[in-house]
Amino acid sequence: MNFKKILPQLLTLAVVILVFGFFSYNAQVNMENRGLEFGFGFLTYEASFDIQFSLIEYDGSHSYFRAYLVGLLNTILVSVIGIIFATILGVTVGIARLSRNYLIERTAAVYVEFFRNIPLLLQIFFWYFAALRALPLPEKAEPMFGVFFLTIKGFFIPAFVWNNLDIFIYSVIAAIIAIFFVRLYARKKQENQGIQTPVLLISIGLLIILPLLSFLLGGVDASIEIPVIEQLSQTSFTYKGGLKLPPELIALALALSLYTATFIAENVRAGVQGVSKGQKEAAASIGLTPNQVLKLVVMPQALRIIIPPTTNQYLNLTKNSSLAAAIAYPDLVLVFAGTALMQTGSAIEIVSITMLTYLTLSITISIFMNWYNKKIAIKEK
Amino acid sequence: MNKLNFLSPDKNNLYAYLYLGISLFSFSILIVFLNSFFNLDLTSFLPGTISYFLPLIVGFIGLHLIRIEYSGIKFLDIINKNINTNKFNALLSLLIIFLIIKSAPPLLSWFIIDANFAGDSKDACSGSGACWAYIKTWFNRFMYGMYPNDEQWRINLSFISLAFLGGIGFFAPEQLKKYLTLYYVVIYPIIAFLFIFFFISGGPIFFDFSYGIIAAVISIVIGFFIPSKFKMYYFLIIPITIYILLKYVFFYEELIELGKIQAFEWVETGAWGGLSLTFIVSFFCLIFCFPVGLFLSLGRRSDLPLIKYISIGFIEFWRGVPLITVLFMSSVMFPMFLPEDMFIDKLVRVIIAISLFEAAYVAEVIRGGLQALPRGQYDAAKSLGMGYWKMHILVILPQALKLVIPGIANTFLALVKDTPLIFVVGLLEIVGMLNLAKTNPEWLGYAMEGYVFASIVFFIICYAMSKYSYNLEQKYKTER
Repeated sequence: MNFKKILPQLLTLAVVILVFGFFSYNAQVNMENRGLEFGFGFLTYEASFDIQFSLIEYDGSHSYFRAYLVGLLNTILVSVIGIIFATILGVTVGIARLSRNYLIERTAAVYVEFFRNIPLLLQIFFWYFAALRALPLPEKAEPMFGVFFLTIKGFFIPAFVWNNLDIFIYSVIAAIIAIFFVRLYARKKQENQGIQTPVLLISIGLLIILPLLSFLLGGVDASIEIPVIEQLSQTSFTYKGGLKLPPELIALALALSLYTATFIAENVRAGVQGVSKGQKEAAASIGLTPNQVLKLVVMPQALRIIIPPTTNQYLNLTKNSSLAAAIAYPDLVLVFAGTALMQTGSAIEIVSITMLTYLTLSITISIFMNWYNKKIAIKEK
Repeated sequence: MNKLNFLSPDKNNLYAYLYLGISLFSFSILIVFLNSFFNLDLTSFLPGTISYFLPLIVGFIGLHLIRIEYSGIKFLDIINKNINTNKFNALLSLLIIFLIIKSAPPLLSWFIIDANFAGDSKDACSGSGACWAYIKTWFNRFMYGMYPNDEQWRINLSFISLAFLGGIGFFAPEQLKKYLTLYYVVIYPIIAFLFIFFFISGGPIFFDFSYGIIAAVISIVIGFFIPSKFKMYYFLIIPITIYILLKYVFFYEELIELGKIQAFEWVETGAWGGLSLTFIVSFFCLIFCFPVGLFLSLGRRSDLPLIKYISIGFIEFWRGVPLITVLFMSSVMFPMFLPEDMFIDKLVRVIIAISLFEAAYVAEVIRGGLQALPRGQYDAAKSLGMGYWKMHILVILPQALKLVIPGIANTFLALVKDTPLIFVVGLLEIVGMLNLAKTNPEWLGYAMEGYVFASIVFFIICYAMSKYSYNLEQKYKTER
């Protein structure tokens, strides 16, 4: 350690401490002047505002903490929906981009270029204020397949009504555990004897058969509740029963998945193109079938290239879901950093909690993905 | 003549298959075309479902018949290779062709045929198509926000001059090219700031910043005569000294009065808006986020633990939170952190927030480039006796930055696409103005036109940027 190494560090530290000290001193003075007190006690107070859409039971008499949970769950809901659809669409489009069919390749390219070059916020506004507003009123909606109603007030879909749901869920969990062991066994067999096991077929079979058994033997009783139109007043109609997806959720999920899918598509394309031709030729020359080449040689290598940037896209999608605030979908930012902040005035606490929540979400996902990356990385000797 | 086997067409009866296949294929396209453009249904005599799927079936058979490998006819081979390799591809190709034909008439009629171009009120828009008169009426607002109509020439003038000054680099003579980096990194941003401060904002002629510029100019001029051994110490001490001297000793009393003279009417930043604000915000954020990101990436790879961990913490913090919460922070939380008499303009706060946010992304991109360089480059530079800064400026960064052009371009694109978010703090750029115009009672119900317009504008900007970055990448590509 010499002087040249210590000095810059000391300077940086001094600057950081000065800035933080300046900020916190001012914050203290300002809060004293405005008669505010720093603390998280407000979380237990009665929130006394309503939230349009919530996954858990909530009304104005619940606490701010409950409102925070509602917002968080809504954020997670729209992110999960977005991630699922973006992945499906992105992988499809990415494969289409690799197609030798000129028309398919061009269509996919136009889609990618178009949607990735338009700001996400604009797309959300477009779907919410322009496209979904063109939908019919509830009383004029044409049913799709007789049970789905796409209206200006939201998307009404049939819901399952469950009795004795526990056994069903246990059976699904059991199926997933069984699949895990089957995969383990298949891999061992592959490594020791070189024999392939049809893992996918077995997995699907397990996933269908076990819940089906629980259905037949466990006395699970499911009925389907179909939305029925109901008159609220002279001119106002809505649907009762079933599940209602609010238009905000639809617009947000649609825009998020269409936007993120373009990036995932490019990742998929880059990943598959990144596998060198020699690998495919080598695999074919030792007598693997084209399917085996894809499954055993190309995909494992392509996935290594695809997964890290795609994880980033998932993170981006989760963070972008905060744009919900612009169309009043009650996500974390709107509920907590919006309404709750206006009511309590505890700006520092609330903004910090919101940021910390997103930080935790991001860091959790990236730790998990780093672990996964390490697991699938090529182990060079 | 050989027997025709329609299940597997071959080369022997090439022309028989060809004529039959082409005519079937054309027939299917004709059905869809007439149906979509002229609303004629050639196959109405058939039952509903069959009539619906008929073009698909006919076209599919047609494509099947012309799928003959190595036919020797160039055109046929091109078709087969590109859209007709197998049954599945043929089906998809047909579906895409039909979709294009089907969607052309409604799009055309909405955009052009039934659209209204003339007029300046809602009554002019009677057709079923788009109401472009709405865009025309609101055009000034979409471009300049709430900026006073009479003063808009100031924005135009500044932007045109800045575009001209920015384009100078392309025409610079060969011997001046080495100064271009200095020009673009230091001088051009200062000129841009002055233009925006004097012209667009209409600020006073003398303020703190102008003392700074005078001090900088004086010290640079003198700096040419200082021996290079002392240059570093000179530039560390002298400019600040001159600045303090200028401000508190020489000009103090006399220029206080002069400083209040304004050439133009003051337009506060709250009135700025529209596309011009998008440009201003993107421009300054681009300029600021790059150097900050560069230093952060160097800090993250530094040997000094304290600097390294501070950089990591800084980068990961900004990368972990959404931009909207950062803007929330800058608007509701940041004023709490300042002394009560200190006020920072909304626009400046937003620009700082977005710059710091994007700088973290830029830092990660540059780090990728730094990591991609082989160790030998560092070792070679060190073995020549270069210090840390010399090594980075002369050897490492030129190579690393070249590698990460696409990544940086993507970050800049993301930045431009993120600018609409400034609606959070109440600044309305083009998307924000659209939302405002949409709620105007005189013009209700034209949301679609507005969003389509803005989408086209953004698409042009972003697409041009991405194409430009692709060109840069090709230009600076070096074989390794």
